[in-house]
Amino acid sequence: MTTVTKAEGAPAPAGPEGFLSVRDLQVTFSTEDGPVKAVDGLSFDLHRGKTLGIVGESGSGKSVTNLTILGLHDPLFTTIDGEIVLDGKELITATEKEMEKLRGNRVAMIFQDPLTALSPFYTIGRQIAEPYMKHTGASKKAAWERAVEMLAKVGIPHPKERARDYPHQFSGGMRQRAMIAMALVCDPDLLIADEPTTALDVTVQAQILDLLKDLQREFGTAIVFITHDLGVIADMADDIMVMYAGRAVERGTVDEVLRSPQHPYTWGLLNSMPRLDSDLGTPLSPIPGSPPSLLTPPPGCRFHPRCTFRDRVDGDRCVTERPLLAPDRSSACHLGAEQKRTIFIEEIRPRLG
Amino acid sequence: MKEDLVLPATRETRADTAPEPLLEVSGLVKHFPVKGGFPIRRTVGAVQAVDGLDLTVHAGESFGLVGESGCGKSTTGRLITRLLEPTSGTITYRGQDISHAGRRQLAPIRSEIQMIFQDPYSSLNPRQTVGKIISGPMEINGISPEGGREKRVRELLETVGLNPEHYNRFPHEFSGGQRQRIGVARALALEPKLIVADEPVSALDVSIQAQVVNLLQQVQKDLGIAFVFIAHDLAIVRHFSQRVAVMYLGKIIEVGDRDSIYARPRHPYTHALLSAVPEVTLTEEDSPQRERIRLAGDVPSPISPPSGCRFRTRCWKAQDKCAAEEPPLIQLSGNRNGHLTACHFPEDPTTEAREEDIVLDPALAALEEDRN
Amino acid sequence: MLQFIIRRTVGAFVTLFLIGAATFFLFVAAPSDYASLACGKDCSPQRLADIREALGLNLPLAQQFWDFMSGIVTGRDFPTGHCSAPCLGVSFYSGDMVWSTIMDRFPLTLTLTAGGAVVFLLIGVGAGMIAAYRRGTLVDKAATGASMVLSSFQIYFLGPVVLTILVYGTGWMEDPKYVPLTQDPVGWFVGMSIPVCVMATIFTAQYTRMARSSMIEQLAEDHVRTARAKGMSRKYVFLRYAWRGSLIPIVTVLGIDVSSMLGGAVVTELTFSLQGIGRLAVDGAVNKDLPLTMGVMLFGAFFILIINILTDITYAWIDPRIRLS
Repeated sequence: MTTVTKAEGAPAPAGPEGFLSVRDLQVTFSTEDGPVKAVDGLSFDLHRGKTLGIVGESGSGKSVTNLTILGLHDPLFTTIDGEIVLDGKELITATEKEMEKLRGNRVAMIFQDPLTALSPFYTIGRQIAEPYMKHTGASKKAAWERAVEMLAKVGIPHPKERARDYPHQFSGGMRQRAMIAMALVCDPDLLIADEPTTALDVTVQAQILDLLKDLQREFGTAIVFITHDLGVIADMADDIMVMYAGRAVERGTVDEVLRSPQHPYTWGLLNSMPRLDSDLGTPLSPIPGSPPSLLTPPPGCRFHPRCTFRDRVDGDRCVTERPLLAPDRSSACHLGAEQKRTIFIEEIRPRLG
Repeated sequence: MKEDLVLPATRETRADTAPEPLLEVSGLVKHFPVKGGFPIRRTVGAVQAVDGLDLTVHAGESFGLVGESGCGKSTTGRLITRLLEPTSGTITYRGQDISHAGRRQLAPIRSEIQMIFQDPYSSLNPRQTVGKIISGPMEINGISPEGGREKRVRELLETVGLNPEHYNRFPHEFSGGQRQRIGVARALALEPKLIVADEPVSALDVSIQAQVVNLLQQVQKDLGIAFVFIAHDLAIVRHFSQRVAVMYLGKIIEVGDRDSIYARPRHPYTHALLSAVPEVTLTEEDSPQRERIRLAGDVPSPISPPSGCRFRTRCWKAQDKCAAEEPPLIQLSGNRNGHLTACHFPEDPTTEAREEDIVLDPALAALEEDRN
Repeated sequence: MLQFIIRRTVGAFVTLFLIGAATFFLFVAAPSDYASLACGKDCSPQRLADIREALGLNLPLAQQFWDFMSGIVTGRDFPTGHCSAPCLGVSFYSGDMVWSTIMDRFPLTLTLTAGGAVVFLLIGVGAGMIAAYRRGTLVDKAATGASMVLSSFQIYFLGPVVLTILVYGTGWMEDPKYVPLTQDPVGWFVGMSIPVCVMATIFTAQYTRMARSSMIEQLAEDHVRTARAKGMSRKYVFLRYAWRGSLIPIVTVLGIDVSSMLGGAVVTELTFSLQGIGRLAVDGAVNKDLPLTMGVMLFGAFFILIINILTDITYAWIDPRIRLS
């Protein structure tokens, strides 16, 4: 029995290394019940100006990964292994001072709930001006003007006056716009967006998503976009990485992953989600069971306890052997390539209506 | 734009599917007072959560209620179950007016109208066993089913796909999806005729949502229970409901059968809402694109909603008439029976892409202008 | 904000009046007769009547209450002389003016409260903040451990121990006593240092724990993480973002502690044989001295209400959500 614990993709990717390269990232939290491996051997690349969508449910490790990139994990309870290279610079071993220079400047982040993610104690203008002053050395006045300019850019009406408001005086959509203004104030190369529209209403979500796309075109920012919503990812991303229980299970371009998905988990996600144009006659086909506890993750393929195609793999490889994920278009599943294609076309696609 | 010929709406237009309405709501209003003022605090205004609502739910039907936050859909659910008392208007359940019914009058009806809540974590008492939670409604209503309550609870657990052996476990031993199943079992305990499900799956993970949706659908079909399904997820509502009402700022702005609302919407807001749903497109490239409408700003405050048509402040078709005159909820010409729209200047009944996108958001418009 | 202060002040006066009324009528309803208590053993009917007359107990109840309450605002004339506003009446027991008795004792209570608060806020909150900043280190463990031990002590235990060591054993210090600050600042400081420090020690321990946990909670807030994600240094975020939020629970508890201490720190005063407001309250209750008890009650209530308003103003200063709503 061989359990593969090496990097998912083993060798380095064939193409040119990305602007952001993550290699064999391992993140372990120590908890009262024991160590929890929240991210287990994750590798991916992101190129300048592109958007990588990371899809996964709660506990899949998608948010943890991105806090780790910024070094925002709690060092007291977290151990990290692997490599995170941003534009040639290794981040895991970087000092706190170096990371501070990077955060908000070259790498910025926006969070899910803009109400809790903005400080209730300071004006919106000040919160946007703050990183600008720190990273560019601008004066207070210049930074304030920059904040107003950014607010105007993201579509806050009367930005001069609104900059003096506190977050609670903004509506939900406005707050997320302010958050985006804050993230983009130093014109970062990389923006990490962690479920930025989950807390918003659908019409506001559509505005914010389009705004992000338009701003990305203007600023040339690379985006890591984290979400649980396949529809949002279809709208936003160039490439997709699907995560399950701390590991990437499938990756490829948006078209590849959504139109010809190869991994049973991705199939499950697509099948369990109704669409506005799906067939009404077919009931949803949910994924049975629930995601595993990361305290005692299943051996081999972590999806095997919920997988309906496990019996199509010879022997007990699903239980004993971790399936590999290649750097390019691939899925971490022991089914053969031809098998995956046939199953999707014959069994999955028809049910998608 | 053509002026539509407008026909007065007739109630009970869906006589073909159900003879008698199970629940009828008319002119329903719920205002929550806002306190303020100086020197003496008094009521200075009201959150007009629900403001003049008419709807009918037939026996065994699934009725969807969609809308964004603050539209009053949850308040409506709580009014129907009489967890709240309406400010005015009537709620008639099987011919009986329950709008202001007291505890005692409601007692027999309470068992027939049940509710399923959004949060499977806070809606179950953590100190009670599953058996106690599910048998609670039977106890309160003094109902002893044949073979005893425990037997009934075990049956219910089986119905919702849980192990009957888990009778003595506590809620924290279950996952979110399983807890929501317990909530469903509790709602089924009294053999209700109507279940109001308020965002029953939105707190759950995607892969679990489908399990609960399927369970509810199965319950609805097998037991013939009518559902008022409240959700913000348009695709899930479409999947679950035969008829759908779209709410905006305390009013129903469009209601109709599923197909009318999703494929032939007339109200600009319904168009905007549908166009905003991010979708995985599985169809081929050459199939028709969906229209793109991007509204500006957020929903206005329900404390001082706009005059006339409430959507007019964000509508691209708004004219003076919209501010002066509230559009009645009526059947427009060309609409199917029962498809009612409250709009002076309705849109064409299609969701296909227009020649030009409607982008009202100034920031988006500016950025896109630059590019072109 | 001004509206809020005015509204709260008016409310405070109403509350004071209600407290006065409640105290008064509860006392009157009590089964003992003050006049016969004041009269003593060899009491003649004539003397009893005189006493009733002198204490104003012959008047109708409503009149008595009105006289008492209006005396606070306008002053009042007694057969024994004029009592200027705020007049809280004359003690049945000692015959002294209640107001001047309270004013006699108040500086001590104020010293105890203010001194204690300064010590436990500086040391307690400071230690808690440092422990939170250095969470998981030896500093944190030492602070947490020490505060656990100290907060389980009581004044009536720690007080005698300190007295035994510093006063009776080694003779390094004298018995605690109160010397007015205006008379002898050094004597004031030395005389009150033991009670203030002993009382503050126990509070310090509680405030350390509270400040630490409140700070750790704040550090886990989303907006604190956002500030870090903007590139702000840990120290900056700690001092600008987290600190402010962590103040709210501390201010809440501080308000409760200070107002109850101003109403009299009975246990501390008894432990160190000091004559403060707390002692006065006990005396009033034991001697069934209605004017004194009412006076102390109203005096204490006044502080509770004032501190409550100050606490709310502090909230508004800390948190714009409160200020601007």
